[in-house]
Amino acid sequence: MQKRYQPPRQSGLGQFLDCVFLLAIVYASLLAPIVLDFGGGVNKHQVDMVQGEQVTWEALGQNEVMQAQWQKLGYDAEGAAEIITSRFDYSIDPLALVITAAVIIGYFVFILKVSAKEYRDVIRENFDTD
Amino acid sequence: MTAQDTTAQGGGGGERLYLLKVLGPVHVWALGVGIVLVGEYMGWNFSVGKGGALGSLIACWIIGLLYTCVAMIDSEVTSTVAAAGGQYAQAKHIIGPLMAFNVGLYLVMAYTMLEAADALVVGDLLVQVAAETGYAALDPKPFVVLTIAILAWLNYRGVFMTLTVNFVITAIAFIAIILLFLGLNPWNPSESLFHKQLLTDLPYGWIGVVAALQFGMWYYLGIEGTCQAAEEVRSAGRSIPLGTMSGMMTLLIAASLTWFLASGLLPWEYLGQSGVPLYDTSRMTDSNGLQVLLFIGTLFAAVASANGCINDAARAWFSMGRDRYMPIWFGAVHPKYRTPFRSIVFLIPIAVSFAFTGLLDQVITFSILSGLLGYTFMSFNVVKFRNKWPLGTIKRGYVHPFHPIPAILLLTLCSATYFATFLGYGTSLISIMIFYIVASVWFAMHRYRFVYRGDQFTMPWPRPIGH
Repeated sequence: MQKRYQPPRQSGLGQFLDCVFLLAIVYASLLAPIVLDFGGGVNKHQVDMVQGEQVTWEALGQNEVMQAQWQKLGYDAEGAAEIITSRFDYSIDPLALVITAAVIIGYFVFILKVSAKEYRDVIRENFDTD
Repeated sequence: MTAQDTTAQGGGGGERLYLLKVLGPVHVWALGVGIVLVGEYMGWNFSVGKGGALGSLIACWIIGLLYTCVAMIDSEVTSTVAAAGGQYAQAKHIIGPLMAFNVGLYLVMAYTMLEAADALVVGDLLVQVAAETGYAALDPKPFVVLTIAILAWLNYRGVFMTLTVNFVITAIAFIAIILLFLGLNPWNPSESLFHKQLLTDLPYGWIGVVAALQFGMWYYLGIEGTCQAAEEVRSAGRSIPLGTMSGMMTLLIAASLTWFLASGLLPWEYLGQSGVPLYDTSRMTDSNGLQVLLFIGTLFAAVASANGCINDAARAWFSMGRDRYMPIWFGAVHPKYRTPFRSIVFLIPIAVSFAFTGLLDQVITFSILSGLLGYTFMSFNVVKFRNKWPLGTIKRGYVHPFHPIPAILLLTLCSATYFATFLGYGTSLISIMIFYIVASVWFAMHRYRFVYRGDQFTMPWPRPIGH
């Protein structure tokens, strides 16, 4: 039979600092794409209109019904143009894709490996100790 | 003294306190649908921006399949592991402490970020309505803080009243969608809806459909929150599967109607970036009655979602505190109301501060990705659950059919959704993954030493096979 593990007692200050640490990394991950100037984490661009072309509903590829709905929403062709010409960039950088996949897979492998080790201790203590 | 003895004490007395068992299937439905229904009122439409209107519809169906797998798997495991914390408690018993810590964080982050997004919707809606009625400079912040404060008070006072209120306002928000549908002559749609003229080809081709899977999750994100009530329902084996599966059916109906109405009245480019798409849809009907109804529906859906999120995030945080995965101070139950009151109060200002960063895209992506990580966990969790305790070795409240097909399908769809997030939101994806990696290393190297090992397994089950 093994002895039960007795964890140390954590001080109030220690508990407070743990909360602060976790909150700090949450905010860091939210703000990192902004601070590091990665476009807020969103990969978008504006589609160029033909040089010298006037902003008209036809040039924006909008039929009569679409045009009527935009106007009902309070937009003229110029106001709608920014929304209509905004597009995501789905070009794939193979290296970035491989790195992203490796990070996600590596994360789960790490979690499962460490968890399995911790779980063995849990089961041993739960079933093999007094 | 064990962790539970210590943390379950309320206001300083020595008596061991538990959460009250007062909920039925209706409350489980209200908790699940209440959190999610706001997804029909906003957020889902960003999938239109990523893949066009038809791409969004295909994403809605594919992700509906993902969530059906989630609901089936979750119903089996939760009806067997009936403890506060839902998937967190499952991970503790089936995979191990570090996985449980991560699952707890997924839940807290998914719900707290969703709550922040709800608060932003309330603010956006009030600003829009104020502008339409001649008050262009309305500052929404006081209304947002007041709304969250009232909901926090409700949660603080007790789970029964909280979820009863959620049932009422969720039902009203759902009926508002049905009435909007009926108000637009669905028996003769070509008269009032313009699908033929507004629907376009896939603007990005099929890769846009894959990309749309990311925000397609918003149609259903949070339905698994029904499991958070496991410790407080009178009969977990009956109420959880009944409430979850009926909730899933409600959402499939609501999602289909929402797409049908919005895509028939709004150009896809506008729809793809709108903050309150269903309310915008009602504006196009020329009916003041429908517009008021959808204003109320949007407001109630956002409030119900925030209410459910406070409930769920607090229970996950409370469970982690009770087990010392987080500071033990959060693991207290209120001596009179039997609620996790410290966790409720602690998370409120955090949610409000997330809302006020103004980073709606980032906040929503954080919520979606946290949910997605949780679903990935469920796929291998159920396989390990069946391997360690095969059918017949322990009493299960519900057994899901066709195992392991739902688990394999879930893992495949999760992988596709990671790829969808990579398309357009790759930097956010990496930065959020780094957060979970740093937090995991911190737990393994520092936090875990405060955890009682044996107390992490509390179910009266036989020793797992292979251990």
